[in-house]
Parts: sequence; structure tokens; C-alpha cells
Amino acid sequence: MTLAIRATAVSKSYRVNQAITRVKYRTLRESLVEAIAKPLRHLRDGAALGKTEEFWALSDVGFEVEPGEAVGVIGRNGAGKSTLLKILSRITWPTRGRIELCGRVGSLLEVGTGFHPELSGRENTFLSGAVLGMSRHEIQNKFDEIVAFSGVEEFLDTPVKRYSSGMRVRLAFAVAAHLEPEILLVDEVLAVGDISFQRKCLEKMGEVTHCGRTIIFVSHNMAAVEALCKRGIVINNGRIEYDGGTDAAIRHYVRLSQQLSTAPVSERTDRSGNGLARLEDIVVVDEQGTATTSVGMGSAPRVQLRFQSRERLAAASITLICVNWMGQRMFTVRSSEAGYPLTAQRGQTTVMCSLAELPLVPGRYHLHVVLKNSRDVLDRVEQAATFEVIPSDVYGTGRFPSPADGTCFVTSGWECEA
Amino acid sequence: MTVSQSVLDPSTIKPPPRAVMPNASAPATVPTTIIEPRPGWKALDLRELWRYRELLYFFAWRDVKVRYKQTMLGAAWAIIQPFMMMVVFTIFLGKMAAVSSGGLPYPIFVYAGLLPWSFFSTAIASAGNSVINQQQLITKVYFPRLSIPFSAVGAAMVDFGIAFSVLLAMMVYYGIAPGWWILLVPALVGLATLAALGVGTVLAALNVSYRDFRYVIPFLVQVWMFATPAIYMKGAASPQPVAVQAASRTTTQSASAQRSAADSGSFDQDFQRPTAGMQKAPAWVRVLVDLNPMTGLISFFRASTLGGDLPWRELGFSTVTIVAVFVAGCVYFRRVEDSFADII
Repeated sequence: MTLAIRATAVSKSYRVNQAITRVKYRTLRESLVEAIAKPLRHLRDGAALGKTEEFWALSDVGFEVEPGEAVGVIGRNGAGKSTLLKILSRITWPTRGRIELCGRVGSLLEVGTGFHPELSGRENTFLSGAVLGMSRHEIQNKFDEIVAFSGVEEFLDTPVKRYSSGMRVRLAFAVAAHLEPEILLVDEVLAVGDISFQRKCLEKMGEVTHCGRTIIFVSHNMAAVEALCKRGIVINNGRIEYDGGTDAAIRHYVRLSQQLSTAPVSERTDRSGNGLARLEDIVVVDEQGTATTSVGMGSAPRVQLRFQSRERLAAASITLICVNWMGQRMFTVRSSEAGYPLTAQRGQTTVMCSLAELPLVPGRYHLHVVLKNSRDVLDRVEQAATFEVIPSDVYGTGRFPSPADGTCFVTSGWECEA
Repeated sequence: MTVSQSVLDPSTIKPPPRAVMPNASAPATVPTTIIEPRPGWKALDLRELWRYRELLYFFAWRDVKVRYKQTMLGAAWAIIQPFMMMVVFTIFLGKMAAVSSGGLPYPIFVYAGLLPWSFFSTAIASAGNSVINQQQLITKVYFPRLSIPFSAVGAAMVDFGIAFSVLLAMMVYYGIAPGWWILLVPALVGLATLAALGVGTVLAALNVSYRDFRYVIPFLVQVWMFATPAIYMKGAASPQPVAVQAASRTTTQSASAQRSAADSGSFDQDFQRPTAGMQKAPAWVRVLVDLNPMTGLISFFRASTLGGDLPWRELGFSTVTIVAVFVAGCVYFRRVEDSFADII
């Protein structure tokens, strides 16, 4: 039997421009000096643009996939999983190594690839289908099916720019879900759309595997990986750290992220954003006001954040995203939605966020922090804080809800009406 | 296993699979894609481009559809733009600077030059920016990258088609009967397309790593226009024979045609002063104009539609240069395309 995918010793290096990564924000004077000095430096250094150094996004990655297998690729942000997917879908090329793909390849790295806002839903269905590799004939045959799946029949002749984001996603995914390649490469596309639609997509993709098609699925959402894949590959720092059953792979990934969250926030380098402000410290504080890593079920903890800003911030906002150990989002709070306009002077600012009573079941939870101003993401740190929810007698009956009951608990009152 | 399943699967029976298939013609073999680093120069691979012809068509179709969306006049802009250019040049060059037009009425003379020129310039400008405008696609999905600048040129061709009808209308108005040579127009358009593809692909590729080209392109187009005898006549030494020829041919036409021939005669008499033309240009400018591959193409286009001596020798030179530019452009594009997704 021929393999669907055989990757041998695949490596990919990027040239990182130091001049860009080192100082991102400069004064105008510095920029002007740089603008004058740069061409001169050019002449001196030859054609090279500033000083570059190599960064290996992937090193020596090798694996084999049987036809009909569904493989989940998991790893932290920047671990190299997206690079792997981009190489498999021939968007970028490996520096070394070789991959053989046997069968038609369809890649789904984004929802709505090829959509044009000015064109109607009908036109975009054809355009996006063609971009994803379907022939016009194929799209025509499946057109009704695609439209029915998306549920936007009435708006087919409306320009997509007038669609709600939900409608856009549904139509886009409907097109993508009707691709019929032997090998399907899927990136984090399920992170968008409402829950029922996500489930529909998962089911549609599940159908794909039953037909003997191969899926490579990259995701942060461990629950989705668990539902869809029997095999998991954990990538860390550009290398395969684990390759085996999904459960074991997820456990491995969870261990990795625990190691990660022990590093102090101020020393973390795996962050994104423009760096105009940086999260320096984050602590979870319990109801008594002491810093803690474990909170009781149903208690109302506070989160204290300290950040350093390079300039005065007006109309900034902080987003806290709480995820469970599987990477599923539990809740998101935003200072802007809470009606708190965040302004900060240059320098350090400390902000306290009080949460309402948490309806979380016992387990380990992480907080992602995003600092934004009105336009840009200033700083984003995943798993900036970790806390444990410990069982407590929330029902007042001495019985504890268990993680198997669901992701949250709800207290209830009962009475007999008849 | 995959083989047997794809045979059993009813969905794969309907359309023949395309894309990413090196041997689509052999149904028994499963298509295999090999991904390896491929440094250096690569062949053009027109076969793959041909397999993706539908996508190329869809891109061009999208560009055409989108271009005049939410405009009141819509596709009329394809006519208005070259027409207004003609009016402006007629006023400023034809009347005020009295540029020689070889005995033809200046408006139709300049329109016949502007028509292939604006096709070429629109095509290189939109092809040059096409790749960076499609970065969303380039970082998300695979397809032969050349189809992006190619489809941009294809979209410009639609505008050319619309604007060409205006030339035909003007020929009726001025009573200029087309000769048999007008049948060469499709071939000339093909040549202009090759030229635009060659220049467009180079600009598109350079634009990816050096965004400076976004600002260079409009400037380049403008300078190039002055180095092309689109709005003036190359070597306007003896406009007389052409004028006589045009007039004598038109005498066989209807009365209205005769009237306009007379018009063009008086037009010519008014501006007989040898004020403009190539004679006064410095030698290096004349060399530049001679080396410009668009020179022969545009002179030939004008002569084949409006009549006059056909500059075969110049066209030959243009053809050779254009084919060379086309091959060089595509080869350069292919060489750098693998890094597009990383640096765009």
C-alpha cells in the first residue's frame, strides 16, 4: 500500500532581519538617521539587507501518513506547525528535505480564501472554489449542495461585503467543505463561526475521513483534535516531540504548556504584538487579597496585571481569555466591553480586574492576555497565567461536580409544583 | 488502496481531477506531488499554467467585474479614459504644439497610438501590482504564481476590446477605410500582450521584495510613453506621402468620406510648420526610441489600421525584443516565486 504522505528530514529556515526585530519603535530622528545610513550600509555590506540571522522554523521533521488517517498536529504558537502545513500545501518551500504526497491535495488554511468583498455570494462561490482547486464543472455540480449547507440562499446575489461575518464564514466553509481531495490540510479554521456550525463542519470533515481521505489538522483546540483524529503529532521548537495516539499526544502537549507557564511573564519571548506596551506581571488574587494559583469553585478571583508602556495610551483595552487544559475557550472578558476606558501614562500601570463567581469545574485553566489600543495589538501573551480550580461545596450538599459533567457548573433550585 | 477507493467513489467519476496532477491523463496512477527545495532557475512550465487555465480565467473575470463596481458609468470608463486622453492630446499637442501626424487628422492619429499604448501601460501597471495585491491568496493557497500577473494582463485586454470599437467608429467618422492589414490587429495585440506579460511579471516580482516599485511603476509608465511614438510621429520627416496616400484612398469612398479627407487636408496645411517631430530630439533620445520595443509595434498598429507604409523591419526588431523580454520576465519570476510567501 502506498503512503499518502511521506516526509523525510524536512527543515525550513527563515532569515530574520535583526535590524527589524531589534528596535521596532524609534523616534523620527532615529528613523531619519536610519534612512540615510541604510543605503550607505547597503553599499558597504553588498546586497544583503541589514544583518540577517537564520532561524530554523522546522528541523528534521519526518513522518509517514497512511491513506485515510486523520492526524492532528498540535503545538504552541510559533512551534512550527503552521510552517509545516504551509510546506505541505506548497505555499512555501523547505530549505532541506523531501515530501511525497500521493493524491490530490486540498488545503484550507483560512476561511474564505479568494473571497472578494465586492462580488456576490454566487460569484464568490465560484471564485473561491476555483482558488481552492475545484473545476468550474465541479462547482456547478455541487452548487446547490454548497448553498444549502451554508444557509445563505436568500443573499446569494448580495455582495459579500454586506454579509455579516457569520454568513461569510458559513458560505466560505461550505465551499471548502465540498472540496474532495485525497489529502486535506486544515489549519485552525474551526476557531471561527458559531458552535452549531463548528459542529456541522467537524461532522463534514469526519465524513471525509470515512471515505478514506487523509486529513492533517492543525489546531489549538484539543477537543476538536480529539474528536477528529486518532493520531497526534506534537511539534515543539520546530521538532517532532511526540507522534502517537491522540490522548497521549494531548497529555504531552499539556505537559509542555505547564513547563511554559512556570516562566515569569516578563521573561517570555513567545509573544506577539507591536511591543508598544508589554505585560510585565500577572497574578491571580483570591477573595482574601492574596496571590494564589488555586481558587475554589464558585469563588470570584481578581486578576492583577502590570504593564509597561512606551507612550501614553488612550482608548486601550485588555482582553483576558480563559482556556481549559484542552485549549477550549471558557470565557473572554474585555475591559472595553465592561465599559472601562483604559488610559495609561508612559511607564508602569497596574490594573485590577475583578471577575464574577467562576462557574468552572475543577481543573487547570490558563489566561491569555491581549493588550490593544484602538488599532493595533500591543502585546499578546498566551498562557500568561495559570490557575487551578479546586473542588468546593458549591451546591451545599457535599457533592462536587466533576469535570466529566461538563465545562461549567450551574447551581439549581428544585421544587415540586403539583 | 487510494486507487480502488477513488474508483469506487462516485464523486470522482464525474469531473476529471485537475490541479496538482503531473499525469492527469493516466487515470490508473494516483497523482504524486514531490516537494523539495528547488533553488536556482526553473523552466517556465506552461503545462501547469495550462492546467490552471480556469483559475486564470476566474482571476481575470474577477478583475473585470470588480473594476467598475459601484461606479455610475460602469464599463463606459473603458471608453471614456482613452477618449479623454485623445481630447487632451489633441488640444495640447495637436493644436497648440502642432505635432505632426503624418497627414492624418490628429485625433484619430493619436487615438490609434494611444489605444495599444494604454493597453500596454494599464496591463503592466496592474500586473506589476497584482502579486502584492494578492498577498492574502499567496500566503494561503497554492497555484502557479504566474497566473496572477497573467490574469491582470488578460483583464486589461477586455478594456482594449471595448476601446477598439471607438477606433472603428472614428474611422467611419473620418472616412478612413481599413485595408486588409487590419486583419493583423489580433496578432499585434498578441505581441503587445507578450510585451506586457514580460514587463509585468518582472515588475510584479520586484515589487514583492522592494515595494519601491509601487512608486516606480507610474513614473516608468509615463517616461515610457514619451519614449514611444504613440502621441507623436516617429521621424516625421516627410508627412506628405502618407497624407497623399490617405487622401487618394479615401476619394473612392462616399461623399462624407471626401469631406473628412478635405478636413484632414486643411488640418494638415494649418500645421505644416516643421516644429515638432523627432529631428529636433537629441541623438540619445532617438536611439532610445529606436530601441524601445513598443515603437515598432505601435507604428505598425497605426499603419495597419489607418493605412500608410507598414514598418516591417521595425516590427521584426520589436518582435525579437518582446519575445526576449517575455521569456526573461517569466524566467526571473519563476526563479523568485518560491520566496514570495515568505517575504511578501
